Amino acid sequence: MSIEAKSIHRETFVINLGPQHPATHGVLRIKLTMDGEYIDDAEPIIGYGHRMQEKMGENRTYAKFLPNTARMDYVAALFNSQGYVGAVERLAGITVPERAEYIRVITAELNRVASHLLWAGAFLIDLGGFTPLLYTFDDREQILDLLESVTGARLTFCYYRFGGVCNDIDDEFVAGTRQFISRLRSRMPMYHALITKNIIFRKRCEGIGPITADVCRRYGGTGPVLRGAGVAYDVRKAEPYSVYPQFDFNVPVYPEGDCMARYRVRMDEIVESLRIIEQALDKLPAGPVMAEKVPRFLKPPKGECTFTVESARGSFGVRAISDGTDKAYRMKLRSPCFSNLSLFQECSRGMLLADALALLGSLDLVIPDIDR
Amino acid sequence: MWNYFKLIATGSWSLAVGMWIVLRHAFKRPVTVQYPYESVRLPARYRGHIELKREAAGGQPKCVACLACQRACPSGCIALDGVKPEGAPRKVLTLYTLNFTTCSLCGLCVESCAFDALQFSKDYNLASVRKEDYQMDLLTPGEKHS
Repeated sequence: MSIEAKSIHRETFVINLGPQHPATHGVLRIKLTMDGEYIDDAEPIIGYGHRMQEKMGENRTYAKFLPNTARMDYVAALFNSQGYVGAVERLAGITVPERAEYIRVITAELNRVASHLLWAGAFLIDLGGFTPLLYTFDDREQILDLLESVTGARLTFCYYRFGGVCNDIDDEFVAGTRQFISRLRSRMPMYHALITKNIIFRKRCEGIGPITADVCRRYGGTGPVLRGAGVAYDVRKAEPYSVYPQFDFNVPVYPEGDCMARYRVRMDEIVESLRIIEQALDKLPAGPVMAEKVPRFLKPPKGECTFTVESARGSFGVRAISDGTDKAYRMKLRSPCFSNLSLFQECSRGMLLADALALLGSLDLVIPDIDR
Repeated sequence: MWNYFKLIATGSWSLAVGMWIVLRHAFKRPVTVQYPYESVRLPARYRGHIELKREAAGGQPKCVACLACQRACPSGCIALDGVKPEGAPRKVLTLYTLNFTTCSLCGLCVESCAFDALQFSKDYNLASVRKEDYQMDLLTPGEKHS
C-alpha cells in the first residue's frame, strides 16, 4: 500500500433506516454505519413495540391471555394461538377431539398461505415493484373472508380454545375453501410469470444476501430462512404435532441461501399448504369440536412443558411453567422473527444498501413479534 | 458477448410478459368495494362490540347480572350492576356499560354468558374523535354514539 493510500482517511457515517413513530405499528429502526454505499455495521434497534406479552401471560389467567397471542405475530395470528393452546393443553392434560385438530390444521394452513401472500407483495414493495401486491392481496382477501366467516375476525382471530375451537366449520366454509384452492392453484403460474421470471426481480434477488446454514445455526434462524439455506428442518416433520403426520406433504428446500431461495421456499410452501388443506378437507372427521370436561377456570397441575409449532416465519415455541394456580408462573414465548432479525447484523456487513434492503425484506419480519 | 444480447432479449421478454398480465387484468371487473357508497356483507359470526339480547316479549334484557362476562373480560372494560326487586324471580339490570376504548373484541364475554344474554353487534361504523363516544351504555343503545 502506498503512503498516499494509507493517509486517506476512511470516513464512515451513520444513517437511520426505517421510520419509528409510536403511532405507527410494526416499524423497525436500524442504525447503519455506512462506508459510502457499503454497510460497515447494521445495528437493529428494537423494543419500540414491546408490550410485555410474556409478563401479561404470567399475571392473568390462562384463558384471559388467549386474545394476546393473536397480537404478537398479527400476520399469522393462528400459529401463536396454536402454540399457546398446545402448551396449556399439554400442561393440563387435555385431549383435543380429532375434528378440532383438523379444523386447526385447515385454518392454520390457510393463515400460512395468507401470510406468505402478504409477504410476497410486501417484499416486492421493498424492492420497488408495486403491482404484485395488488394481486397477492386479492387472493389474501379471499382467505380472510373465509376465516372471518368461521372466526368472526379478519386479523386477530382468537379462535382456538383449550380443548378445541370455539366454532365449528360449516359446509359453506368447506366449499369456499375448495373453491379458493383451485383458484389459487390456477393463479400460481401467473405469479411465476409476473414475479419469479421477472428480470428485475431476479437481478435483485439471485445471489443477493446469502445466509449459510452455519449462520442460521448460530443465531437460531428458522423457517423459510433456514430452509432457504439448504436445511430441511420443519417442526411439522421434525417434531410432529397436531394431526400433521396424517398428511402427505413435502418440505421445500433450496440450498443457495440467497433471497431468491427464500422466495422460492415460500412460494413452494403455498402449494404444499394447499395440498395439506385439501387432504384435511377430504379426511375431515365428524364429531365434537370441543373436548368435554374442560374446567371453566383452568388450574393445570404443577409442571412445565414446551410446545413448538411451525409458524409462517419459523418455529414459534411456548414454554409454560405452572405452579398449580390459575395463572402461569412463567410464560416464555420464543418468536421466530427475533432470531431471524439477529442474523441481519452479521450477514449485511459489506453489502450495498439496496441489497441489504432486499435481504431485510426476505427475512419476513413482523416487528411486534420481535418485540412482543 | 452472445450472453449479453441473450440477457437483453430474455429480460425484455420477461418484462413484456409482466406487462401483458397487467394489461389483461386492467380489463377485468374491479374487486374493490367502494366504501362508503357500498358496504361488504358481514358474516353471521362477525365479532363486533357486544350488545344485550332482549326478551321477545317486553323488550327487557335477558341479563341476570351474574357478572360472568365482567370476570371473563381480559381488559376489564365491562361494568354492570343489577338489583333484585321484591318478589321478582331474578335480578334486573340497572347498569351495563362497555368501555370500547379498551375492548379488544375477543368475544370471551359472549362465550362466558350462560344465559344467552349477549350477542355481537354488526355495527362497524364507529369512528369518532371524542373519547366519550366509546363509553357505551348498552342499556339504552339508542343514545350511545350521538
